[in-house]
Amino acid sequence: MEIIVCVKHVPETAEADLVIDESRKRIKTEDLVFDINEWDEYALEEAVLLKEKYGGSVTVITIGPEDAEDTLRKCLAKGADKAIRVTDKAIEGSDGYAIAKILYNVVKDLRFDLILCGAQASDDGYAVVGVMLASLLGIPYATMVRKMEIGDGVAKVTRELEDGLEEIVEVKLPAVLTIQTGINKPRYASIMSIRRARQKEISVLDLKAVNLAEDEVGEKGSWVIVDELFVPVRKKKGEILSGDLDQVVSKIVEVMKERGVLK
Amino acid sequence: MREILVLAEHRLGKLRDITFEMLTKGRQLALEAGATLSIALLGYGVESLAEELADYADEVLLIEEKRLENFNSEYYQQVLSHIILERKPEVIFLGHTSYGLELAPALAIKLNIPIVTDVIDVYFEDGKFMAIRDFYGGKLQAKVSLRKSTQYIATIRPGVFKAEKGKRRGNVNKLSPPDLTDITYKKFIELVKPPAEAVDISTADIVVAVGRGIGDAKNLHLIEELSNVLGGVVACSRPIVDMGWLPKERQVGISGKTVKPKLYLAVGISGQFYHVYGMMNSELIIAINKDPHAPIFNVADYGIVGDLFEILPRLTKKILEEKSAGASSQ
Repeated sequence: MEIIVCVKHVPETAEADLVIDESRKRIKTEDLVFDINEWDEYALEEAVLLKEKYGGSVTVITIGPEDAEDTLRKCLAKGADKAIRVTDKAIEGSDGYAIAKILYNVVKDLRFDLILCGAQASDDGYAVVGVMLASLLGIPYATMVRKMEIGDGVAKVTRELEDGLEEIVEVKLPAVLTIQTGINKPRYASIMSIRRARQKEISVLDLKAVNLAEDEVGEKGSWVIVDELFVPVRKKKGEILSGDLDQVVSKIVEVMKERGVLK
Repeated sequence: MREILVLAEHRLGKLRDITFEMLTKGRQLALEAGATLSIALLGYGVESLAEELADYADEVLLIEEKRLENFNSEYYQQVLSHIILERKPEVIFLGHTSYGLELAPALAIKLNIPIVTDVIDVYFEDGKFMAIRDFYGGKLQAKVSLRKSTQYIATIRPGVFKAEKGKRRGNVNKLSPPDLTDITYKKFIELVKPPAEAVDISTADIVVAVGRGIGDAKNLHLIEELSNVLGGVVACSRPIVDMGWLPKERQVGISGKTVKPKLYLAVGISGQFYHVYGMMNSELIIAINKDPHAPIFNVADYGIVGDLFEILPRLTKKILEEKSAGASSQ
């Protein structure tokens, strides 16, 4: 089974202080730690599990500057066989549509049975790339996949809906599936495999190599342009307590008593 | 006449909340833009839903076909493409939901219409179609503009706009479905309902919810102890279920349960919208998180910025003391 996994190298922002840069369109990334997008980590694990079961190979693709190779090496250490990085100054400012066009141009000439993408990325959260890639390729797809079984030329997948509901859908291969977190338990790479992954070659492509013009990517080639980032206004003016913990805890318990939730 | 078209979302014979939420925003945008508001309702045996929707828009386009009985994005795409090409609505709303996400980006590619997803607001400004949306899990937001076009697609985040009662009566316009191409490469098999549960967190008065901040399954006892002294139930955010530390029936959020307890204590939960959707209508929300910029504090009545490992034992002890003091004074 030939599987392609599309991965993104993203900043970990959950507990970091985010600073908007002078352009107002981006954040300062110098002090941030980057890693593979969480959803993509589950997608990669699913691909490696399929390879272990059915044979074949796993190719990972990312779009980004040289730093993004850390994410590709992590994927190689966890079981991917080949890695491709597309990079070009003109790509900066691309939305999901522009990214889908780049991926399309990379994968259309490759042989594959399955393309796995994370259901979304933790930074921009557009959640469109997988479906757009499938639409450009003209092949079936399914999103928010929580379970999958491979049958004779088909993938039977469980899609996550709302309120605890799920639906089962069958798609013919080759197909694109977007993977939801929790579908598996992503493995840790061993020290040995991390070492081995360092030796592997990563093929690096620029825009020319994927037959795209500069105005087909970046802001010019995008549908969505970020005009200005800002810190959200807090709608609910709750009281934020910090400082001496015993005082804070006493205050909270007082609130609970006043509100009649302590019985 | 400019037109705003909303795709009605329904499941198991009921219109979903997101449909009415989109209609609230749709009405507002139609008023601002001098446009009409219409609803596309696709399904089979859904005429009563069309009547219900007629209160909310100028026109309900009802398209019934056996193959639209269950959601299959391919058939939906065929029908919607047909409607969009024919009527040329300027703005098309779909839910940022499991159905909407399966459909909207494909529709955008097929019809070459710019799309923006997961929006919390949209508006026209100097002839440009603009949207407000989250970035970095809601720690920041951005004003974004769409590339100039005659049509735009937006997927609307659930739980942002309030469903309002419809005020006017529109017409239900039954359209005959276009000739559908049979789809063999994508099949709907079945809907799966969640299994019977040991605990129903949605009926509890006090919910103590835990998130990624707890760090390890072996620390969960801190949450259980606090929940016990409060007489509450333990719930959690998605990562805890993903890691297999608690069962899915304990998950609060868009793909799990919606709760409205008297007290919701969010411990080590960052507060991404998937989670907040399921708890934002709780009567009293207290959040504990070490990140002062965590989005959970945007919905909390009281927030404690600090280390949960220091706070939880103190809080549990203090509540126990209060309760025994209260008991002995009675």
